[in-house]
Amino acid sequence: MKLSREVIHTEDKRKLQDISGEEILSCYQCGKCSAGCAMTSAMDLLPHQVIRLLQLGQVQEALDSKTIWVCASCLACSARCPRGMSLPNVMESLRSTFLRPGDRCLNPAEIPYELLEIVPEQALVAAFRKYT
Amino acid sequence: MVYSYFPGCTLRAKAKGFESSTLASCEVLGVCLEELEEWQCCGATFPLQIDNSFPLVSPTRTLASAKKAGRELVTLCSACLNVLKRTNHVIREDLDKREKVCAFIEEDYSGEVEVLHFLEILRDEIGFEALARKVVAPLSGLPVAAYYGCLLLRPPEEVGIDDPEAPKVLEDFLLALGCDPVDYPYKTECCGSYVVLQPGEPAMSPSRLVVESAKSRGAKVIVTSCPLCQFNLDYAQSGSVERGENAVPVVYFTQLLAAALGFGEEILQFDGHIVPPGLIFQSVGVGGCGGLT
Amino acid sequence: MKIGVFICHCGLNIGGVVDIPKVLEALSGYDSLGHVTDYRYMCSDPGQQLIKDAIRDKGLTGVVVAACSPAMHESTFRRTTEAASLNPFRCEMANIREQCSWPHRGEPEKATQKALEIIKASVEKVRKNQELSPLSIPVTRQALVIGGGIAGMQAALDIADAGYNVALVERLPYIGGHMAQLSETFPTLDCSQCILTPKSSEVGSHPNIDLFTNSEIHAISGYVGNFDVVIRRKAAYVNWDVCNGCGLCMEKCPVKTDSDFELRLAKTKAVSIAFPQAVPNRPVINSEVCRHFTQGKCGVCEKVCPVGAINFRQEDAIIDRKVGAVVVATGYDLHPKTRVGEYGYGVAKDVIDGLEFERLNSASGPTQGEIRRPSDGKIPKEVVFIQCVGSRDQENGYPYCSKICCMYTAKHARLYKHKVPDGQPYVFYMDIRAGGKGYEEFVQRATEEEGVLYLRGRVSRVFEEDGKIVVFGVDTLSNKKVEIHADMVVLATAIVPAHGQTELARLLKISTDEWGFLSEAHPKLRPVESLTRGIYIAGCAQAPKDIPDSVTQAGSAAAKVLALFSSDTLSHTPEVAVVDEEICRGCGLCVEVCAYDARTLDMRRNLAVVNEVLCEGCGACQVACPSGATCQRNMDTAQVMSMIDAVI
Repeated sequence: MKLSREVIHTEDKRKLQDISGEEILSCYQCGKCSAGCAMTSAMDLLPHQVIRLLQLGQVQEALDSKTIWVCASCLACSARCPRGMSLPNVMESLRSTFLRPGDRCLNPAEIPYELLEIVPEQALVAAFRKYT
Repeated sequence: MVYSYFPGCTLRAKAKGFESSTLASCEVLGVCLEELEEWQCCGATFPLQIDNSFPLVSPTRTLASAKKAGRELVTLCSACLNVLKRTNHVIREDLDKREKVCAFIEEDYSGEVEVLHFLEILRDEIGFEALARKVVAPLSGLPVAAYYGCLLLRPPEEVGIDDPEAPKVLEDFLLALGCDPVDYPYKTECCGSYVVLQPGEPAMSPSRLVVESAKSRGAKVIVTSCPLCQFNLDYAQSGSVERGENAVPVVYFTQLLAAALGFGEEILQFDGHIVPPGLIFQSVGVGGCGGLT
Repeated sequence: MKIGVFICHCGLNIGGVVDIPKVLEALSGYDSLGHVTDYRYMCSDPGQQLIKDAIRDKGLTGVVVAACSPAMHESTFRRTTEAASLNPFRCEMANIREQCSWPHRGEPEKATQKALEIIKASVEKVRKNQELSPLSIPVTRQALVIGGGIAGMQAALDIADAGYNVALVERLPYIGGHMAQLSETFPTLDCSQCILTPKSSEVGSHPNIDLFTNSEIHAISGYVGNFDVVIRRKAAYVNWDVCNGCGLCMEKCPVKTDSDFELRLAKTKAVSIAFPQAVPNRPVINSEVCRHFTQGKCGVCEKVCPVGAINFRQEDAIIDRKVGAVVVATGYDLHPKTRVGEYGYGVAKDVIDGLEFERLNSASGPTQGEIRRPSDGKIPKEVVFIQCVGSRDQENGYPYCSKICCMYTAKHARLYKHKVPDGQPYVFYMDIRAGGKGYEEFVQRATEEEGVLYLRGRVSRVFEEDGKIVVFGVDTLSNKKVEIHADMVVLATAIVPAHGQTELARLLKISTDEWGFLSEAHPKLRPVESLTRGIYIAGCAQAPKDIPDSVTQAGSAAAKVLALFSSDTLSHTPEVAVVDEEICRGCGLCVEVCAYDARTLDMRRNLAVVNEVLCEGCGACQVACPSGATCQRNMDTAQVMSMIDAVI
């Protein structure tokens, strides 16, 4: 990884900060978010690692990770963060970067019918908000 | 006691028992929940993008409608509570967003409405001691695990109806019904929420951990106030009854409330549940629910 | 003689190993013991009361406390004894902890036997102990402070303000030390000059401070309260008493040379004042480069000096002083960076160290405070700071942490960002150690608000390529190897003791650790005292530390000096060697074996004599004396023999 001003300070990264309202550099990488995250078993990068990549300007690598789609916005991390960072906001800003041009990460047609029949409406509304 | 009432979408579809048990109980408790004349889905999740005000439009409409009704606004669903309270917070604190959203919906609203969860009515208005006196079919000795999940508690400064790390409102409620609340460490852990719709069901792993933790401490029932939590914890136990495994029904806290107040199956409406709750009530021989199957 | 034995359990330290009831029983029939008892903590108030009561009630004439090392509590129990009106030198400690229960934890039976023997030997010693009185030593109430950095200045000011005369000796021509080279200071970012200069001038003009700059300690002898110091004031070739500091000599001097004060970043003249605010503001001629000395010609300075202060024939001056106490505050140097070859220092011009960065950043420095890299004067847009260069590097440097680098690197990165807002500072670190008041917050501002990118890992290599300084590093947080093509690299090199400190320590007979830092008497309880009475230590001479800690320690050393000066005499133990003048033949063997220079020969009387104040009571002379003329008070040969008899 070559680092330079150009690599660290990209337009993408600025946009993430605009969407999330969070200062990425305020994270000091203590890892408490990852320690308490309920979803890590399904993640390829731990939450604090996603933040680290953004600090280093590696936005694409963060966007490519499963982690941002597995985050359930439960706010356990942000409620306990010693730096007061809302990591779920950052995750959402990454999802938004992907979704806003019109892409989606959940195809209604691919949800199994058996699940669709029983899942609460609340889950569908929330999932379409987060994944499309 | 008259309140404005916001049911939300799920209570009119997959979580009917949540509403029916509540409304029946309210009659006994002398609480009048007056449904808002006009309401729409809250959006189910609070938007975490600060540059986007569109998701605030729908919940603000609901709040403005409650303002016209002139009463405090009560919700049952944790998600609705979370979205409405957080939206209210933004409207109160962020003048730019308030102006933008209010101009869009052509309403004059600046956060005047107080949003309450039904548990807060039970705790702060009726009082758990008074509630206990109304109980006719105490659920004596029923070991119940209270599951709070995330949306009732976080973020604590905007939403929390109780201590975010050591909540006790549900346990106090359960004591009033005669239950034996089970303490277990996973009561505030996330169930996986909407991630249940991701392929491979990554949300099931956290749900299973919650259920196993409650079971290991001896819980026979789990109560919740969120339809998605109810579903995930229930769904995580799919097939376990058929496999003859020890399964724990997951019910809404108001379903236990109605049972303790003497209501039967037609009010509790357990039909959508995967792990059938009736069996447990029978097996522990809880008085008022003897007729349940 | 009626001797009391008091056995301490020291909680379970002794009581958990030694069978104390058994020892008590064994002692019950021992000859002439007036009293035997035990207690859980003999050093506590009730324990001491037990001893006092027994002395009075049983009429004891000797006391043995079987407990810990005398180094720990001998003075405690001797005070107890004295309080009960028994001569304190009739009290001895039997060390059954450090010398018995601790090393023999696994063999309680043998430990019990050994404890008994140690106690018996001590009883035998006490039986023959004489009543003694402490010796009295006069105190010269003047101090010597060695080193004119912030620590030395602070110590000198504190002593001088209390009304005592201080000789402040500084090797360089000016005071202020490294602090004079700093630009701003953490964590407040106040200008170093602004807070130092008033102190320097206060030192320079204080009526109680005699300032000897451009001077070194030539010799020192004596002991607490009575040191004889020889100061060598090096020739400046300028008569400072006549010079008015006008600077004309510097202006006209034709010889340019590297400025030591500006490190290698600027030139100065052969006759120069290090920096404009220097105290004293007097020039020195560098005889190694001055044409008058190297080629025997020139002399321009002599011609232009309006007051005739230039004196090429000036010689080193020798000054004798008598002082009662010494504060050593000789400061630090930076680790020789050439030893970290992989970082390219000395090869790539734009690899500099922290002090050099201070000069680049200083408003009075070679770039007037603009951050310009040394090679081409360009403003660097990407700067890499590397922490722990030589520090925490057991194999190639030093195992210790240099303590101040985390903070000054954060400061450097922030100051750089203030001056080059579009620049990017990177800091490679292992841990961030910011354990001071306001320090963590200071570092957090660097990372959070000022965009300093911290990368967790060591740098492996630095080299120059196409006008860039290439840095091979790693970020262990993201598990990525990192490569940065920087414009400048700043090394936070390890702090080492100032050159010559080991030699000075030898001169002063004080000890150093394996790295050359001065050893304190106790790391926690006596942090500013050396093991030699009357010599105190302060600042980085003892260990790496920042300005607040140096000032604190200096103040503390000054307080110790003032406590010494609070009386014109001080007491010294009488348990020292004495010579029977009837027997001594003046052979001088005792003089040879004495490690403390306490023995001398009186040639006129042909006798060996003891300087009681220097004598540490080690007993070496007593052993060496062939005639038995030398003996140590309360440890004579007969006593030692009966102690041995008691054991075998």
